[in-house]
Amino acid sequence: MAEQALSDVRVLDLTSHIAGPYCTKLLADYGADVIKVERPGTGDVARCLGPFPNDEPHPEKSGLFIHLNTNKRSITLNIETATGKKILKELVKNTDILVETFAPGYLPGLGLGYNDLSQINPKLVMASITPFGQTGPYKNYKATDLVMYGMGPLLYSTGLPEREPVKMGGTVTTSVGGNVAAPFILGAYLGARLQGKGQYLDISLQEIQCAQTERASSQIAGFAYSGAITPRQPGGLKVLGIPNDIYPCKDGYVLFMTMPLWWPRVAQMLDRPDLITDPRFADFATRLANEDQFNAILYPWLMEHTKAEIVEKASKAKEAAMGVNTPEDVFKNIQFAARDYWADVEHPVAGIIKQTGAVFKMQRGGFKVRRPAPLLGQHNIEVYCEELGYSREELVSLRELGVI
Amino acid sequence: MAKLPLEGIRCIDNSTIWAGPWCATILGDLGAEVIRVESPNYFPPATRGVAPRPIPRVDQKYDGYPYNIPGERPFNRAAGFNAVNRNKLGMTIDFRKPSGREVFKRLVAISDVFTDNNAAGTFDDFGLGWDELSKVNPRLIRLSLPGFGNTGPYRDYMGFGYILECMVGHTWLRGYEDSAPATNTLTFPADTVGAATAAYAVLVALVERERTGKGQFIDMSQAEAFVPHLGQALMQYVLNGRVEGTSGNHDPHRSMAPHGVYRCMGLDRWVTITVENDDQWKALCQVMGNPEWTRDPKFGDVVSRWKNQNELDKLIEQWTMRNSDFAIMHMLQRAGVPAGAVMDTRDIYFDPHLEERGFFEWADHPEAGRFRYPGAVAKFSETPVGIRYAAPCLGQHNEYVYKKLLGYSDAEYEQLKKEGHISTVYTIGQV
Repeated sequence: MAEQALSDVRVLDLTSHIAGPYCTKLLADYGADVIKVERPGTGDVARCLGPFPNDEPHPEKSGLFIHLNTNKRSITLNIETATGKKILKELVKNTDILVETFAPGYLPGLGLGYNDLSQINPKLVMASITPFGQTGPYKNYKATDLVMYGMGPLLYSTGLPEREPVKMGGTVTTSVGGNVAAPFILGAYLGARLQGKGQYLDISLQEIQCAQTERASSQIAGFAYSGAITPRQPGGLKVLGIPNDIYPCKDGYVLFMTMPLWWPRVAQMLDRPDLITDPRFADFATRLANEDQFNAILYPWLMEHTKAEIVEKASKAKEAAMGVNTPEDVFKNIQFAARDYWADVEHPVAGIIKQTGAVFKMQRGGFKVRRPAPLLGQHNIEVYCEELGYSREELVSLRELGVI
Repeated sequence: MAKLPLEGIRCIDNSTIWAGPWCATILGDLGAEVIRVESPNYFPPATRGVAPRPIPRVDQKYDGYPYNIPGERPFNRAAGFNAVNRNKLGMTIDFRKPSGREVFKRLVAISDVFTDNNAAGTFDDFGLGWDELSKVNPRLIRLSLPGFGNTGPYRDYMGFGYILECMVGHTWLRGYEDSAPATNTLTFPADTVGAATAAYAVLVALVERERTGKGQFIDMSQAEAFVPHLGQALMQYVLNGRVEGTSGNHDPHRSMAPHGVYRCMGLDRWVTITVENDDQWKALCQVMGNPEWTRDPKFGDVVSRWKNQNELDKLIEQWTMRNSDFAIMHMLQRAGVPAGAVMDTRDIYFDPHLEERGFFEWADHPEAGRFRYPGAVAKFSETPVGIRYAAPCLGQHNEYVYKKLLGYSDAEYEQLKKEGHISTVYTIGQV
C-alpha cells in the first residue's frame, strides 16, 4: 500500500476549537497518525459549533468539527485523574509530536508539562499554541477571533478611514494561526528526527499575527524605519488604470484589476474596439477624468452579464477579473473542479459530505482521505486495548471511573 | 548549542512580493541556507520597494525607507523586503541568457529545495522545468506556488492577491454588514497562508525524502491553500444549501453578543469586546458600573442579547467612548472578558507584552542600518529560530555563491559579470 509522507509520524493532539485542530489537520491529511485526546462526555468544544445539517445540533454532526478533524482518530481521556496522567505518559513514549492549546500552566500543573514529558521521551516535540504565549503580562488574557485580530497591527488598518475597522471573514484569523504553526512544528520534528533530541515550542497567536507576511511585518518595519503608522485607506487601485474595483453585475459582484497599458484589453472585453481610439479615453489621465462616461458604458454591460460570463470574456481579452464568489460559487468553480480539489467523505453519522481536499499536490506520499472525522472516543478500543494492552473489562472500568 | 532543524539544507528562492519570499524565509528561520536568486534586469512589483533607482524623498505609509530617505540603492532599504527576507543570502542571475541557466543548474545540483511563486510555467519557459531539474538533481524538492496552480482553466490567469481573495470566497464573507463588498479594502491573508503552507509542504517532502531518498515536484495553488480557512461557510452551503454573507464585526457563528469593535476616547481609538456567556456578561456589566440599561430584559439572556445586539452595541459604545482602549482591555481581561485594544503599528512596536517576550529583535543591515524587527514566529526551547542575519542586498553574496559554492574561477566570474549575470544594482535598460 502506498504510504503517505508522514505515515510514520505519531501525533498526540490535545488541541480543541479551531487553531490547534487546523494545524493537526495538516499533519493528519499528509499521513500522520493524529490521536485526538478529548474530554470524556463533551469532547472538543467544536462539536458544539455549527453549522449542523438541518440546524439540528448533534455532537457527531458539526460541520466545522468534521471539516477540521477528518483523518484523525479520537480517544477520550480525563488527564486530571491519576490514571489518566499515567495513560498519557504511556502514550507519550511512542509519540513524535504533542500539540496542545490549554491555558498556560495547565499541563505543567498536572505534571504533564514539557519538563515532565521530555524525560519520558527525549525525542518528543511538544508545541503549545495559545493566544499570547506561555509568558508575559498578557499570558492569561482571553482572545476570541476578533479580539486576536485587533491584538496584531492589521485590524486597525483594515476598513474605511471614516468608520470602524472591520475584521476578516469567519474565523480566518484563528485558523490561519494554526496554519502558520504547522511548518514550525514539523520543522522541529524534522530536527528531532535528524538529531535525536526534541524540544518545546511556545507558539503565540499574537506573535503570528505580528510576524506574518500579510502586511504585518512590513507595517511594523515601516514604523521602525520611519515612524509611519499605517492607517485605514480606501480601497481600489485606480492609480494603475480603470476599472480597478468591485462592481455589481447581473448575479452579484465582480472584481476588475486593470494594469497600466491594458486599456485595449478592456475595450476587447466589452466588444467595443471603438473605445481604443475614443478621444475621451485616449490616455490614463483622460480616462480617469472621464470615468463617469466610462461607467455609463460599463455598468449596463455588467448588469447584462453574470460573474462567470464576465470572467470568461475578460480572460479571452487577458484582462484581470474575478467574480466575488459566494460559497456556492466556490463549490461550482471550474478551476477547483478541474484540479479535483473536492473530496466526498462518508461519515458514519452525518453522511456523505463534500469537503476540501489537498492544499498541495505531491507526486508521492501526498494527501489522502483515510478516515472520516472521528466519533467521540471512537478509537478507545484500538488505542487502549490493542496498543496499550488494557483488557475490555478494564476499559469498562476506566469508563465507569471517569478516566475515559 | 544544538543545530537548527534545517542546518545543512540548502534552498533556492526565486520569488516576488510575499507568498514566495516568506515561504523561503520560514525555511531559513528553521536553519536552512536560503539563496535568493534575483534578476538584475527585472525589478519585480511590490518586492524591494517602489524604485530600482534613486528617487526623491517619499512619504510612505508602510514598506517605507529609513527616515523616508530612499538613498542611493533604495531596493536595499525597503522596510517590507527587509522585514520579510531575513536569514537569506542574495545572488543574481540573468535568466534570459543560456549561460544563466547553466549557472542555475549548477546551483540546483548542490541544493535540496527550490521554491518560487512565479506564474505557472515560468521556469519551464527557461528550459528549467521539473524534467530538466530532476535530471540534474533527483533529490531536489521543487515547489511551485502560482496563484491558481499549475493546471486547469485558470492556470494562466493573473494571480493578483485580491483576485485570489475574490475567487476563494473571502471577499464575499467579510466587510461591513450594511455595505456591499465594493466597500471592502484590500487584505491579503492568502499570502500568509500560501507561504506557511508551502514551507510546510517542503518539510513534508523532506520527511518523505528521508524514507525514499528521492525529491519531487510539489504543485501548489495559493487559492487551494486558503479555501479550508472558510470551512464554516462552506459547510453551511454543503449541509444546508445556505449562502452566508459577511457578519461584519459580529460573531460569524451568529451566537455571541455583544461582539464588536467599539469606539474609545481619543482620535481613531477602538476596542474589541466579545462576550461568550452569562458570566462574562455579568462581568462586563460590573466593569461598566452596572448602568440601568443593562437590567433591561432585552439584554437579559444570550438569545435576547443576540437579537438586540445593534442596540446593545450603541449602549456599550456610550461607555467605551469615555474610556481609553488599553484601560478597557485591562479592566475587562482582569474580569475574565475577552477584550483587546485595537492596536496600531506604534502600539505593537512598543507593546509591553511583546517586549517582555523578546519578540522583537535588532538586526544590522549593511545599507539600511540597525533596526528592530518582528523576530521569531515561534519560541523554540533548544534552537531559537529568530533573526540570524539581515535581509540580503541585491547580489550581496554573488562572490560567495559563484566562487565558493559553485566553484567558478576568478576568470569565469569576470566573464559572467560581463554577460550581465553578476550585479549589485538593477541594470534595466542597460546591457
